[in-house]
Amino acid sequence: MNWFKYSAPAAFYPLAGRLIPWFWRLAFVFAAAGLYIGLVAAPVDFQQGEAYRIIFIHVGAAWMSMFIYLVMAFWGGMGLAFNTRLSGMMAQALAPTGTMFAFLSLWTGAFWGKPMWGTWWLWSDARLMSSLILLFLYIGFLALTHAIDDKRRADRAGAILLLVGVVNIPVIYFSVQWWNTLHQGASVSVKGSSMAVIMLWGMLLVALAMWMYTIAVALTRARIIILEREWRADWVQTLSNPESAGGTAGN
Amino acid sequence: MKARHQRILLIAAGLCALALIAALVLYALSDNLSAFYTPTEVRAGKAPQNRIFRIGGLVETGSVKRQPDGAGIRFTVTDGAQALTVHYNGIILPDLFREGRGAVAQGKLENGIFVATEVLAKHDENYMPPEVAQALEKSHREGTNDPDARTRVPPRPSQP
Repeated sequence: MNWFKYSAPAAFYPLAGRLIPWFWRLAFVFAAAGLYIGLVAAPVDFQQGEAYRIIFIHVGAAWMSMFIYLVMAFWGGMGLAFNTRLSGMMAQALAPTGTMFAFLSLWTGAFWGKPMWGTWWLWSDARLMSSLILLFLYIGFLALTHAIDDKRRADRAGAILLLVGVVNIPVIYFSVQWWNTLHQGASVSVKGSSMAVIMLWGMLLVALAMWMYTIAVALTRARIIILEREWRADWVQTLSNPESAGGTAGN
Repeated sequence: MKARHQRILLIAAGLCALALIAALVLYALSDNLSAFYTPTEVRAGKAPQNRIFRIGGLVETGSVKRQPDGAGIRFTVTDGAQALTVHYNGIILPDLFREGRGAVAQGKLENGIFVATEVLAKHDENYMPPEVAQALEKSHREGTNDPDARTRVPPRPSQP
């Protein structure tokens, strides 16, 4: 199977259209299961009581904010290297969702920090600061790409910003190991987890739901961006006006 | 070499250079990137003099004492190797402030005592139901092999 076939917007558009409903369904199933486990089935925490339940949103959002950035940077690199039109569109389609998750992770983190740590925010905490920088990178990407009218140039500028900012991702991830932070260390890593199994399941399922949701909305957004940018193409004209398509074919 | 390959090489080289720059900057700033100093670092004179800074560590068990005249709370913060007495002038401590758990205090060193204006609780990365925690605690007390020694995590030593 030739995957590069789908790097052409004309081939990608119908494929995305077929996939979107499935990702929505998966997102709803995982969200329902994860939230049920997290908010109903999982017991309270021995130290934090009920308040720990913020992790069921917070951790997934934080993971997604980092993961989406990596995917955007990957598309940025692809766009620069191969000059594919779809790469820039994918980065653009993911950006609002990444921004939302970055904001959500900071927001829920602050709501967690107030009752648990005793403060909403700590400026000198490396984990908190690098996460805030990630939010600014997202906002910067959106601002930069929207400030340039020529879409191809906007994509290239955005791609360079994405690649430069990618150094921040390992800093976020390892900040709790490299420096003394108020933020606790990772509960889940490749070596295992330090959470009760049911809590872990709830958290992973919600994170999976967020992942599926991200794919669904990003594909939806990518389709809209394709229509906006490629409206002159024959296949888009055919799509919007099937009857007259025969007459304009070949233009 | 095709133009495409040249671009890929350029991107890879750029990323390597960036990673190097980031690593050097972070290494140079590493002292300033920590949210707090450990008692060992304070004793070694690494903490700033006559300036507000933060210390962190475990609150020593049995060390929390409210001053009789209502003039604050005293406790000892330890990192296993060194300990430091903290005097906190407030009344309210965060919910998670417990003996044997992590805490971060902000303030100044005055005559060997850390006078804190703000005390924050640091929680660890362990999440479990209370029953499991009790069972762990029990097996720990009875001197059996603690199946999960991580429930009492000493603060990570800061790395250079």
